[in-house]
Amino acid sequence: MKQSSLREHKRLEEGALLRVRMNNRWTLYDPRLAWMLVAPVLLLLIFFLVLPIAVMAAYTFFTFVTAGVETSALTAANWQEFFTDSYYSGFLLKTLRVGAITALLCGVLGYFPAYFIWATSFRHKWLLLLLLIVPFWISFTIRTFSWINILGEQGVINVALLRMGIISEPLPMLYNEGAVILGLLHFLLPYMILNVYVSLEGIDRTLIAAARSMGCTSAQAFREVTLPLSLPGLAAGLLLCFVLAAGSYVTPQLLGSGRDALFGNLIYDTIMGELNWPMGATLSIVLFLVLGFFAAIYTRYMGMSQIVKGLGG
Amino acid sequence: MKLTTTKRLERLHDRYANGDLSRRTFLTLTAAAAASAGLSMPWMGRALAAVEEVRFDGWGGTVQDAIDKFAFQPYTAKTKIKVVQGTFGDEDEIITKIKTAKPGDYQVIHSSGVNYYIKYVNGGLTSEINEANIPNMANVLQPMIEPFRKLTPKLSAVPYDYGTTGIAYNTKVISPEEAKEKGAALLLDKKYAGKVGGYSDMTTRVWYAALATGQDPNNLKDMDTIWAKVRETRDLAKKFWSSGAELMDLLSKGEIVVTDAWSGRVAALQDQGHPIGYLDPAGSYAWMEDMLILKGSPMTECEELINFMLDPATSIAVAEGQSYPPSLDPTKVKLTDKIAKLPAFDPTGTMKALTFADPVYWATNEDAWTKQWNRISKGA
Repeated sequence: MKQSSLREHKRLEEGALLRVRMNNRWTLYDPRLAWMLVAPVLLLLIFFLVLPIAVMAAYTFFTFVTAGVETSALTAANWQEFFTDSYYSGFLLKTLRVGAITALLCGVLGYFPAYFIWATSFRHKWLLLLLLIVPFWISFTIRTFSWINILGEQGVINVALLRMGIISEPLPMLYNEGAVILGLLHFLLPYMILNVYVSLEGIDRTLIAAARSMGCTSAQAFREVTLPLSLPGLAAGLLLCFVLAAGSYVTPQLLGSGRDALFGNLIYDTIMGELNWPMGATLSIVLFLVLGFFAAIYTRYMGMSQIVKGLGG
Repeated sequence: MKLTTTKRLERLHDRYANGDLSRRTFLTLTAAAAASAGLSMPWMGRALAAVEEVRFDGWGGTVQDAIDKFAFQPYTAKTKIKVVQGTFGDEDEIITKIKTAKPGDYQVIHSSGVNYYIKYVNGGLTSEINEANIPNMANVLQPMIEPFRKLTPKLSAVPYDYGTTGIAYNTKVISPEEAKEKGAALLLDKKYAGKVGGYSDMTTRVWYAALATGQDPNNLKDMDTIWAKVRETRDLAKKFWSSGAELMDLLSKGEIVVTDAWSGRVAALQDQGHPIGYLDPAGSYAWMEDMLILKGSPMTECEELINFMLDPATSIAVAEGQSYPPSLDPTKVKLTDKIAKLPAFDPTGTMKALTFADPVYWATNEDAWTKQWNRISKGA
């Protein structure tokens, strides 16, 4: 009798630990409650992400009649054109190349400022972080346009070099791929720095002290402890920068020539210039799938949990 | 004049007070009006509210500044109807937005003439104007109205101004004599490689390639030669600009020294004191612009606005401000000396001195040529 009462008491205790009864019908970990809490986000995702993509996917099979006019007669012509015309695949490869270069440069250039902000003993570290965010207060288009005043023939650099007599003709620094990558770096570096910084902040500093106490030099401690532990942040930053760079179209439009266009510009011109929505939708879905594929492969080998950790999770 | 709900009820009350209406009928009609107001959907309220404002989308920059200052602001002061404005750099851009919006979201467009009018017609985006509501149309040049009427006997647009896309050049680098001698060939002069610009627009590129190859822009015989010339200009060009603001920026900063350019924008640069010359070579690309009313717009208010804009005093002030000649017939309305000196101005009112694009011919080839131009512009 005493034993069964003890068992009953234990069962109730476990039940109380697992479930917090809120009223007669609901419990804290009730699956119905979980669905209700998730439902708003789920609905938002369905209506503003899944459905628009589905509509775009359907559009890829529509028939283009003339500029601004299409019919719902189903055709595979748009996909056929994409797969048989090397113009599109050429731009896709070029876009991936520019995206990869930009992401790598962001990684190399962004790691050191992040490390500095993390390692500094400056009392007002928040000021340094604030400086990272300050560019976001200015419109992205204006930030991009500002490079014209810096790199242009009448820009700061050329005017200074000409006045100092270092050059006799202005250097062609604008409207080329270099200018596009520079503009993308300007736009994406804060994302990389913040990712790496968050990752560095998660490192237990006693590990570095332990490495030093066991005879590691500062460089060895960085190589053996700090760098490996900050890799998730770097990886997350690389993925983010690659996807954003490969999907951009404003920067190449403003800082590049026609030849420096990226795949996003092809989509823009097809939809906005040719008013050919079915083909524009096809190109959009292609970019979405290709970038999704890269993100999937990346997370498969890097581990999604590591990347999420890098993103501050 | 369209009656407001308040006005209708006031008239109803007057009729009841004068004994023209029985008490029962008056109460029935008033109750019906109240019910319809009470049961109205949210969009009905917005639709009624829209009458208090008209949406206008134009080319921005100096052109829209002039329209706003000399037409919209006085119009709002007179009628209390606000003109909500938007801008675009390329008309295809606004057509895309219109397609994705509800009828009535976009109402009046400062459109690029007959070439674009066809696109609105094909897309089922046009309205039908009641010309009786725009008495000032009587002063508009008939040669400008006729091409529109050929496409739709019931007009959806009213011509408002015209201009040319000629050659603009930096006078510090290129003399007026050299510009006159070379004309359209300036855009292909290797001496200016890397300093050439151009409008990133299929029609302009093909038009100037036609002039360079000695072909009639409205009857092109050899497209291979045309595309070869387009590629030649592309290889010499530093940048193909895509808006009037970008054109002015490139020219004023000296990034380019020669480009095809919109006459009004060049006039604005000249007014600002920049050393820019302008030349209309033989066969220079002439175009007209119109005020187009889209389907679903509040027609009465839009027609009233356009009539106000066509009023000679308003139209002349806008023309002087935006540096494009107005669509007013100079044989019917006395225009100013300043307008007479504007590039492209035709004092005869026949428009025979200007070469416009044949809308049907260009519309037939538009899709294929735009696609080809987009590829060439990207290095193909």
